[in-house]
Amino acid sequence: MDPALLVEWLVKSGVIIFLILTGFAYLTLFERRVLARIQVRIGPNRAGPLGLLQPLADGIKLLFKEEVIPDKADKVIFILAPVLTVIPAFVLLAVIPLGPEISILGRSYSLSLAGDVNVGVLYLLAVASISVYGIVLAGWSSNNKYALLGGLRSAAQMISYELVLGLAFIGPILLANSMSLKDIIQAQSRVWFIVLQPIGFLLFLVASIAEVNRAPFDMPEAEQELTAGYHVEYSGMKFALFFMAEYGKMIVVSFITASLFLGGYLGPFVDKLPLLGPIYLLVKVTLILFFMIWVRATWPRIRYDRLMALGWKVLLPIGLLNIIITAILVILVGGY
Amino acid sequence: MPEDFLPIAVLIILATGLSFTILLLGQIFGPRRPNPRKGSPYESGMRPYGKGQRRVPIHYYLIAVLFILFDVEIIFILPWAVVLRDLGIFGLIEMGLFVAILLIGFVYAWKKGALEWD
Amino acid sequence: MTVLQIIFLGISVIIVIGALMTVSSPNLVHAALWLILALAGVAAIFVLLEASFLAVVQVAVYIDAISILIVIAVMLTRRAMGETERQINRSWLLAAFAAFMVFSGILSLFSQVPQLANTPSDLVESSEFYIQELGKALVNVDQSIIPFEVASVLLLAAMIGAIFIARPPERAGGDS
Repeated sequence: MDPALLVEWLVKSGVIIFLILTGFAYLTLFERRVLARIQVRIGPNRAGPLGLLQPLADGIKLLFKEEVIPDKADKVIFILAPVLTVIPAFVLLAVIPLGPEISILGRSYSLSLAGDVNVGVLYLLAVASISVYGIVLAGWSSNNKYALLGGLRSAAQMISYELVLGLAFIGPILLANSMSLKDIIQAQSRVWFIVLQPIGFLLFLVASIAEVNRAPFDMPEAEQELTAGYHVEYSGMKFALFFMAEYGKMIVVSFITASLFLGGYLGPFVDKLPLLGPIYLLVKVTLILFFMIWVRATWPRIRYDRLMALGWKVLLPIGLLNIIITAILVILVGGY
Repeated sequence: MPEDFLPIAVLIILATGLSFTILLLGQIFGPRRPNPRKGSPYESGMRPYGKGQRRVPIHYYLIAVLFILFDVEIIFILPWAVVLRDLGIFGLIEMGLFVAILLIGFVYAWKKGALEWD
Repeated sequence: MTVLQIIFLGISVIIVIGALMTVSSPNLVHAALWLILALAGVAAIFVLLEASFLAVVQVAVYIDAISILIVIAVMLTRRAMGETERQINRSWLLAAFAAFMVFSGILSLFSQVPQLANTPSDLVESSEFYIQELGKALVNVDQSIIPFEVASVLLLAAMIGAIFIARPPERAGGDS
């Protein structure tokens, strides 16, 4: 094996992990500030200028907290569950191209770890649902009935909305004739798929918010009925890992939405200045993240039975219908 | 293609290592003062009653079965979607038949109340 | 030995350990997790065989969907509550012997198929090509259209069966 290649992979993996970690830290701050503004408050602004050191302070606080493991918990699974939840958040980003190919010192590098994987979309679908295990097992191993119920509820919610997510993936694939994220982004060079797939985009947005357990679908945080859901018994760094998984997946889902429907890294002058690509992508991702926070500040939580009914009885049929319409149009029109 | 997945393997190893390192840091710096109250299940300060682990309602099983079926359906649709433009109207009809048969089951599940939560 | 062979051996050891722990772990939920480890190893083997589509399908169907069903089904039972019991009873030796016989039968059957003696790269030219071929073959009248449509009937039967068994209790004896 070529050692230069191994170094390249290590550097790229490091960048992805760094991206998720800092993204997670500053997304929490961003969310708190935006929520505060929407609720006419100020939000955390004491730690450092503009509160920019707040995530660091939170992290240090959590680091020095005692980690309580309930006496009757299944200890191995109790420790394994947060790890299982957080790994997909890191690994998903591997197949998403963060920019066009750039050349440094005569060698061209693609700005993704494995963006050429031709089953990219299926990879996203497959890896995303591994975190369901973390949640079910966290609930089960805690030996707490509220944790168990919360874990089961969020697991059922995640697998139901994953189907909607999968159906929404199919629209862009039909249009781009490929499952590779790279090809799907390239196919949007003339027109973004949000224009050709408006229903698919809305489905994807709703399903992805449900998939990452965010408001208004945040069943695990239904404090009133379930105390806190699957992570009620978790504390310290194990809790931090669950938190990191939620925010990491929020970021990844925004990257996926931007790549599938908003043209990914494409934008004006990208072909001349490739380094603009990642900047465009980050702007799009930030806008989607802002939208998710805005939704949280605006919508009340949906009751669980209505949540499941929405997924199975409304979104799933619409998703199937969207595929049928898109397929007919693709055959009738041919190219677009 | 193994070459395409090797970098992903590198990333998985790094991410796993990082998660365990974070857990280890918490173990090193956090205090450790267990007592029986702390180890008991948290139920908002009330004394816990009943067993912590109970049998799961059958409904979650049904949702999981439905998930498998539609998951398999989506996986069948994906390679079809890649080549639909070459297949033409005939491919569309055949996939329509496949989905229609599954929809019979979906309608049955709906009618039998498998999608109701109460 | 090449690097690939060493990786293959490592993964195989993981699969065998996972499978052995699945049948011997006293806690059913732990057994289900060991099963998932074995299935993940199989996905890695698919990657080594240059069948990336199958590898991802293995993760999406077996690890995500079917194993979630198994985990939930295990939690439906009384024995998941941490009360552990030996999974092994008196006839384990007999069962192991039967499993060995079936395995060697399958192995000798497969070793007689000439195509399987080829290296994987001869079987699959490129993965991109492979997915498109698969998509076309699924709806081709000469190839696998019949199995494909029959698969949907099978899935339908599975769905109706599951609903029939697990019908919500309040409707079991009622109007339906």
